[in-house]
Amino acid sequence: MPTVRLRFSPSPAHVRTARLVAVACGRRAGVAVERLEELKLAVGEACARAVARHRRSGLSDLVLLELADDAGFEVRVFDYAPAEPQGSVDPEETVAAEAGIALLAESADVLKVIPGPGGLGSQVSLWWPTRSR
Amino acid sequence: MELSLETEAVADRTLLRVSGEIDVYTAPKLRERLVELADSGAKDIVVDLELVEFLDSTGLGVLVGGLKRAKASSGSFVLVCDQPRLLKIFRITGLEKVFELYPTVTDALSGAR
Repeated sequence: MPTVRLRFSPSPAHVRTARLVAVACGRRAGVAVERLEELKLAVGEACARAVARHRRSGLSDLVLLELADDAGFEVRVFDYAPAEPQGSVDPEETVAAEAGIALLAESADVLKVIPGPGGLGSQVSLWWPTRSR
Repeated sequence: MELSLETEAVADRTLLRVSGEIDVYTAPKLRERLVELADSGAKDIVVDLELVEFLDSTGLGVLVGGLKRAKASSGSFVLVCDQPRLLKIFRITGLEKVFELYPTVTDALSGAR
């Protein structure tokens, strides 16, 4: 059962809010202070990815952010966009996508990207240890 | 913190001081300013990131776009950054090898060309 669940419309303006909520919860859950910057970065990347997927599909459904602190600190970001062709023709978007993956992979102890059922949507799962473990 | 942009002409270069957060929400504002600078004929650009509090992949993409525009017009595009947390982002993404990074504006102005 997630500790905190936040749904937000797929607008870039709300990604900052999601970052701040995740950092506040991570701090309270006992994520090491020196890792909070990584947490902030990774949650921002995962939420920005979800928002971008919804916007490219013209989908106005809410993105879901779940935060759970029962065994370490787990962040799950759900989008509901249909599968899309790989790659972008915009060089800035290509750089951003590749950099985003690198930052996600480097920031969390565990990173999983799970396709949604029937190829609809995806889940990015991130995990950090906490002091209580 | 919102993104703040200040442009200043220093010698024959354009210094863009950036402060606040560069993320998926604010990066378009930075892109717009960089395109304006390129369109107005600014060829040699120094972007000061010392007061940047947050930088994400969208912001990195915009900076790469600025570099590409500068190269296309035979200009230069260098960054000022001495914050360990930002330098780490450039290192993780491999972009430290793409950009010229200087620790101070003075160093950037003397080394940009």
